Amino acid sequence: MLASLSRRAILGIYAVIIIVPLTVVGFGSFKSTQELFAGPFSLPQSLSPANYAEVIGGQDLGSSFTNSVIVTAISVPLTLFLASLAGYAISRLKGFMGWAIFGFLVLGMAIPAQANMVPLYVLFGRLGLLDSLAGLVLANVVSTLPIAVFILGGFMRTLPKELYEASSIDGTGPWRTYVSIALPLSAPSVAAAAIFLFVIHWNELLYPLLFIQSPGNRTLPLALLSFQGEFQTNYPLLFAGVILASLPVVVAYVFLQRYFVAGITAGASKG
Amino acid sequence: MSTHTKMADERKAPDGGTETGAAKGRRRSPTRVNPALYLFPLPAVAIIAFFLVMPTLQAFQYAITDWNGFSAAFNYVGLDNFVRAFTKDSLFTNALTNNLKFVLLVVIAQTAFSLVLALLLTKNSRGSILLRALFFFPTILSSVSVAFIWKFIYDPNFGLANAVLGGVGLEALQGSYLGNNAQALSWVAVTQVWFHAGQMMVVYIAGLQAIPRELYEAAEMDGAGKWQQFKSITWPFVAPATSIVVAYTTVQSFKAFDLILGIAGNPPKQSLDILSTRIYSTFANSEFGYAAAQSIIFMAMIALVTWLQRRLLRLTPKGE
Repeated sequence: MLASLSRRAILGIYAVIIIVPLTVVGFGSFKSTQELFAGPFSLPQSLSPANYAEVIGGQDLGSSFTNSVIVTAISVPLTLFLASLAGYAISRLKGFMGWAIFGFLVLGMAIPAQANMVPLYVLFGRLGLLDSLAGLVLANVVSTLPIAVFILGGFMRTLPKELYEASSIDGTGPWRTYVSIALPLSAPSVAAAAIFLFVIHWNELLYPLLFIQSPGNRTLPLALLSFQGEFQTNYPLLFAGVILASLPVVVAYVFLQRYFVAGITAGASKG
Repeated sequence: MSTHTKMADERKAPDGGTETGAAKGRRRSPTRVNPALYLFPLPAVAIIAFFLVMPTLQAFQYAITDWNGFSAAFNYVGLDNFVRAFTKDSLFTNALTNNLKFVLLVVIAQTAFSLVLALLLTKNSRGSILLRALFFFPTILSSVSVAFIWKFIYDPNFGLANAVLGGVGLEALQGSYLGNNAQALSWVAVTQVWFHAGQMMVVYIAGLQAIPRELYEAAEMDGAGKWQQFKSITWPFVAPATSIVVAYTTVQSFKAFDLILGIAGNPPKQSLDILSTRIYSTFANSEFGYAAAQSIIFMAMIALVTWLQRRLLRLTPKGE
């Protein structure tokens, strides 16, 4: 009895600690500063989208939203494609070569982004990749490829190799086998990795901060961060920015919630 | 290709006379590897080699120079940068101390709290599943968003925390949170736990659900109390999950860069400066050689702390 009571108390309090701030942010994004400070919990007096309009119109957030969409929409599939190609080869190249390639690719998980940001910045400078969306895509791919290979390669290794043997007896080349056998059978782990990468790439801050100079090339997290400097305590405006920046991930989460948990914990438990 | 394979199979067949021989023969790969397969990992290998491995090796080279990133000329200064970091640069040692404190705080709090949540939500009831989804939710937000939400909670004048405390008549407990240098880091640790405890909870739930129920029934029959059951069944069984949670949380809190910049501004004040933000400031200050040296210390720190944890916790999966 007592145990169940304290169980409910802990869970209830933590639920409140998560729900209340999010609700206040949601309400607050429609309020004026005075209104927010007068009563953070009250419903907004009107659902005027003024803050959203100001955020999108005045502060390049519109263009940074587009930039984020472009960067994420290229980074995620590209990482998945390269990682699944490698994972497929690793699952078929048994013995030393398979092991060596896997080890080489996965070792990168041990290198934190901050450790090589200086040389990467220099290299990107030489290649003309600074201040470009292409540079961000490349940085995203490089930083997540190791863990994507780990997840996909790990899964593909468990596929029964009789399937590969059967298809090669039928005279199918490696490419066909990859496209029509390995990839479809790996769909669950590809989906898990896709969600994991989506969250990481959409929220990535360090690389844009390092590489992007012009406001027109900012991605959402970077645009948001620059807000903070400009509008120290204009919380309603910050909140509107937070909502806009989170919207795609939150909508996806509401519909695909179970897969998100599987995907992100695949990253966590294997990272 | 197909005839090839068939021949290889036939060649294997004779020595597969006994049953064990057949199994062994199959494992020794009957199909000859198509050389085209080596092309598949090539793009990934090239990208990793060129953009990850090579720059990392280069970091070691930059670390022993006084390069400013722009001029063509620079000098090799040996280990000067490392000596400077540890003996002459109070900003760096401050960031290092902060970082170790932060990691310690977050690892202890997050591991304990996510385990508690997992224990309370192991059963697959409707309510549990709903709460799990809710508790996991913050993980998907960007660090900058989480930082802004908590900046508002901690705001000394208009913030949510003080509003709640004032509302229930606990004005005495109101604080300035991030404004208080002695506490600021702990409040960011709270934010970090809010951000990721749900994610670690899920790792624990997976571990907990793998424990056979019969063990608890048997323990109960032997008269073991709840605490004893936890100590001798639950804890040893979730050891693998704990080592994942601890290792992941360590790396995550070493990389709290985004959260710190969002909540404290760029550059953060000293009481919130950690290694990653310090490296960034050094880099932004055009001290490329010195920043590279700091980043190597940073990498070594993560490796060292992770290794130490493994040694201290000795968390090996049950039965190994």
